[in-house]
Amino acid sequence: MAESDVSKYRMVVIGGSAGSLDVILRIVSEARQLTHVAFVIIVHRSKSADSILADLLSTQTPLLVKEVEDKESIMPGIVYIAPPDYHLLLENERTFSLDASEKINYSRPSIDVTFESAADIFGPALVGIVLSGANADGALGLSAIAAAGGYTIVQEPVTAEVDFMPRQAINMTRVDAILEGEEIGGFLEVLLKKA
Amino acid sequence: MKHVEANNVRDEELDLLLDELFRTYGYDFTNYARASLKRRVNRLMIIDRFPSFAELLYRLRQDPAYLPRIVEELTVNVTEMFRDPTMFKTLREQVLPVLATHPFIRIWHAGCATGEEVYSMAILLEEANLLHKSLLYATDLNPSAIENIRKGVFPLSEMKQYSENYILSGGKNEFSKYYTAKYNWAKFDDRLKSKMIISTHNLVSDRSFNEFVLIFCRNVLIYFDRHLQDKVLDLFDESLEKLGFLVLGSKENIRFSGIARKFKQLENKERIWRKVM
Repeated sequence: MAESDVSKYRMVVIGGSAGSLDVILRIVSEARQLTHVAFVIIVHRSKSADSILADLLSTQTPLLVKEVEDKESIMPGIVYIAPPDYHLLLENERTFSLDASEKINYSRPSIDVTFESAADIFGPALVGIVLSGANADGALGLSAIAAAGGYTIVQEPVTAEVDFMPRQAINMTRVDAILEGEEIGGFLEVLLKKA
Repeated sequence: MKHVEANNVRDEELDLLLDELFRTYGYDFTNYARASLKRRVNRLMIIDRFPSFAELLYRLRQDPAYLPRIVEELTVNVTEMFRDPTMFKTLREQVLPVLATHPFIRIWHAGCATGEEVYSMAILLEEANLLHKSLLYATDLNPSAIENIRKGVFPLSEMKQYSENYILSGGKNEFSKYYTAKYNWAKFDDRLKSKMIISTHNLVSDRSFNEFVLIFCRNVLIYFDRHLQDKVLDLFDESLEKLGFLVLGSKENIRFSGIARKFKQLENKERIWRKVM
């Protein structure tokens, strides 16, 4: 892909909780061409689930899927997953960091924490997506992304397995696009390729 | 939502705060990872109700008694008993048998916050009948965290989780036999504490103080930049006897550090390294 065919967006952060797994798998499988952005996935899960999610996502995409380690480099074309029991932060455009501090919204990793940190670093070059979930996590973070000039997407609550989280996000933020779960992947492809 | 942004500390402000902490009080946070530090400062401004960063800085300059509070809130003191149970299981099965051959077992828990990990290790040693010949050095830079280790008191509400962790780590007893419940607290038996040496120690500025056969430093390095990580790992290398063990947090690694070539990770990929040269 030529440089001019590429949009201004350089990172996509996706937050989901209960009922979001199928949508995440679908987005990742449809993102195979999007090698010029870094994907970051924050999903609430139990500590013991550990590497299962990375393994599962790997089966869906040719992109490299990595559970983030301490001070991991941020590279385009890689799908990063927040590790269980840590908050995932960005030090700068090139480096992640991890944080084992208090849970936020009863969650660690917390979607708000990563969204706010990514908004701080990437500003208008960031796309944030909130999916199905039973928790208010992600709503504040999405508004931070909007405030920093980033693009915000929320799964259409009616199509979400659990609609609480997308509803909270819509109530709290100016949302750029409200999409059915199965539309998100195709929409991203257009958004991220636009010159 | 607007107020959240308005109060977010800026880079220049964070520099001012770190400079003040260092020049006036000798606490050096300059090589801490900044994303996490910023969150801690934002959090402190909310819970202590500072309307602006300037007021926080003013308080620090005018009121030395506020310093311990800042140090406590800038550092992360979240920990749990038998966190990462499979790591503790590996300690039981692969490390304790090696330690058992030593006449004397000296262990350092560096940056151990409120001490949950130290008590976990004391339980492991007691169950392996090794506690009597062990000494556990528990250090943290935060004086109030250290005080909690001395008390040996932890929230009762956590005991269900800790008990599950304990079982997963290979524990065979009723976990409740190690503590006495009182109101909302669990007071751990004093005999576990009898082999602990509890003291403040700042990994950034303080030196090695002994030689150990096992060093724990879990979820501390994540708050440091690479430069400071290297320095601290050198300190551990200096403080560890040959064939001793180093234990880090589940997402931490020595791979990019200068000491990597001297250490070998255990084969099961738990974050335990042995000093082989």
